[in-house]
Amino acid sequence: MKADIRVALVGNPNTGKSTLFNTLTGLNQKIGNFPGVTVDKKTGYSTLPDGRIAEIIDLPGTYSLYPKSQDESIVFSVLADRSNAHTPDLVVVIIDATNLKRNLLLYTQVADLKIPVIIALNMTDLSTKAGINIDIDLFAKKLGVPVVPISARKVEGIDKLKQAITFANKIALQESSIDVEAIAPQLIAQISEELKLDNPYFALQLAHQHETVKFLTPTESDRIEELEKEFSFHSQKSQATETIARYSFINDLLYDTVKIPETAKDETLSNKIDKILTHKVLGFVIFLGILLFMFQSIFAWSAYPMEKIGDLFAWVQNSLHQLLPAGPLTGLLVDGVIGGLSGVMVFIPQIAILFAFISILEDTGYMSRVTFMMDKLMRKVGLNGKSVVPLIGGFACAVPSIMSTRTIENWKDRMITIMVTPLVTCSARLPIYTLLIALVVPNRNVWWIFNMQGLALTGMYVFSLISAIVVAFAFKLILKGRERGYFIMELPVYRMPRWNNVAFSMYDRSKAFVLQAGKVIIAVSVILWVLASYGPGDRFAKIEQKYQQPQYAKQLNPDDLKRAINSEKLENSYAGVLGHVIEPAIRPLGFDWKIGIALITSFAAREVFVGTMATIYSVDGNADKIESVQKKMASAKNTQTGQPVFSLAVAFSLMMFYAFAMQCASTVAVVYRETKNWRWPAIQFAYMTVLAYAASLLAYNLLK
Amino acid sequence: MTLSELAPGEIGIVKEFTDLEMSVKLMEMGCLPGESITVSRIAPLGDPMAINVSGYQLSLRKFEASTIILQ
Repeated sequence: MKADIRVALVGNPNTGKSTLFNTLTGLNQKIGNFPGVTVDKKTGYSTLPDGRIAEIIDLPGTYSLYPKSQDESIVFSVLADRSNAHTPDLVVVIIDATNLKRNLLLYTQVADLKIPVIIALNMTDLSTKAGINIDIDLFAKKLGVPVVPISARKVEGIDKLKQAITFANKIALQESSIDVEAIAPQLIAQISEELKLDNPYFALQLAHQHETVKFLTPTESDRIEELEKEFSFHSQKSQATETIARYSFINDLLYDTVKIPETAKDETLSNKIDKILTHKVLGFVIFLGILLFMFQSIFAWSAYPMEKIGDLFAWVQNSLHQLLPAGPLTGLLVDGVIGGLSGVMVFIPQIAILFAFISILEDTGYMSRVTFMMDKLMRKVGLNGKSVVPLIGGFACAVPSIMSTRTIENWKDRMITIMVTPLVTCSARLPIYTLLIALVVPNRNVWWIFNMQGLALTGMYVFSLISAIVVAFAFKLILKGRERGYFIMELPVYRMPRWNNVAFSMYDRSKAFVLQAGKVIIAVSVILWVLASYGPGDRFAKIEQKYQQPQYAKQLNPDDLKRAINSEKLENSYAGVLGHVIEPAIRPLGFDWKIGIALITSFAAREVFVGTMATIYSVDGNADKIESVQKKMASAKNTQTGQPVFSLAVAFSLMMFYAFAMQCASTVAVVYRETKNWRWPAIQFAYMTVLAYAASLLAYNLLK
Repeated sequence: MTLSELAPGEIGIVKEFTDLEMSVKLMEMGCLPGESITVSRIAPLGDPMAINVSGYQLSLRKFEASTIILQ
């Protein structure tokens, strides 16, 4: 879509910026990337009253133009880079009317960049209720900008805001807030002259941020560095001076235009809720209860849609097999591509439900209380209160959880969280655990009420959390911190969740998951399909010939014959050959070449295990029929010893392997995407494989 | 006296900061010299703490609070 005007939304966190963005753009939005950084770029389109189309860019919430996290650093870059195609024609600064003072700091910074600006004064319904009296006309006059009172939640004032966008000036007419040049007169003058800048605040911001912005050439950046030394410029001192000057301007402005009642703001309800939710004992009990409910729901509610998605893909695959002529190309498309795609799609319900919960917990303000309660505990092992969210999410799926680590400002804390999140037992491990536990753990009760199989499964979940914590602690000792950790964080007032936002979050994340992870999964499943469907030399032809002999047709019915052929083909395929090649390496763990194939295929995604086992033990190739796989696996005998292949030792060794190994191409891809450096997924893959091997070896030898 | 020494319910006025880097962040969040701070609660495990400042609630670690000197 071609836009006539480009509008950027800027504001503090928790000001209703996303709600306003969703209201303005509706479903007409897309997520992309800002060039060179991993920050999601949310853009959408809105039709203005005069028929023109506005492109709206939702910039990450920030308290100031001086960034404290990766997301925040994009704000200044987008606003300032005049050569860039994303440069907005107009900035809408969203200000929380119940907290004018702090919100205006960011406004004065943006205004001083001299980009045309409009103020959207949000939550005016709440501020009126709290008795805050704002003289909006005087306020607008003093700042020299249009001020539109809105309530994004109640969808009030949106038409007026659209009108204001329509009639916005092409040039910036706002009053300057502070005397920027006084902060570093010589430096600003020199930078302005050398880079031919006409805006002193832009020059000052470049002095602070020249190392992080992408639009300066290395020579320009080096020159600014030189100038800073020459004029002994101290970035933090300058920021402190600037902030104090800005607040003094804001205090003067508010003194004339706003009357705040003497009595303290009515926060008692929020306070009362906090007394219970962050209570010494109750707080943790409630938190555990919410977690339990969340997992139950993720499994319970997603079972039906997951089954339906699986059925749908099975139906599509069957129909295509019937429609298309049999041949390698059909096989590649139907079994490789569509088969791989179904592996991705089937997880959409779980991801959508997980993100619905997370966005409800965040939207209500509860998540920030959880980080508040857990920070001390998490910090001991090198994590951060904010790591709780991705770790909990890891029980469902590591992919969206790793995406949610972006809220962690501290680089080291974020990296450690990313490194250990895949250790948490995700939903893809569940079918493997249930299958193996059912094979070797007797289904009876101990101490009357505890089912042994259930206990074993719970044990695997607890074990995963403990291992994540231990590994986090190890990383804490190894990694060197780049910057100091902050935990200065707003605790927003409790609110009802905005259901629109919850729906958008479900939609956004599912879409991002399908697009990002889907590509990798399809690629890997195509490769695996090729490896499993073709063999070296003329081995396949020989198998076909062998089974065409009449004695086979007599002894076996057609279905069994087909299975026997498939089974022997698999053993002789490239995947089978690979299985034999790695057999010496995995024999100490108690695994044979068949398990070896499953291990190799599982490196694309863990859930492939059951399907591979089904194929290897020549069941109908239907991965859903776990029971029949189980029977086949139970009766499988070691050809040399005659003992069952899946003994207690082998099953637990295998579970240990799946507990630690990084068998998920989507996670590798998302870790790369989030860290923008192949080193991190490589380190993660390496340490997890080593741990997997060691834990399996230990388990096998202890239980043998 | 620093902010970290206050008990829940107690009020203090910000005088100055001992850490420049932290002070920049704190001031951006509204903790300015002259501003009054009320401690609303301490986290169940004893750290961090929640304070009320310039009309909203902020959480910060005890260590961070110890860089804020009160009048």
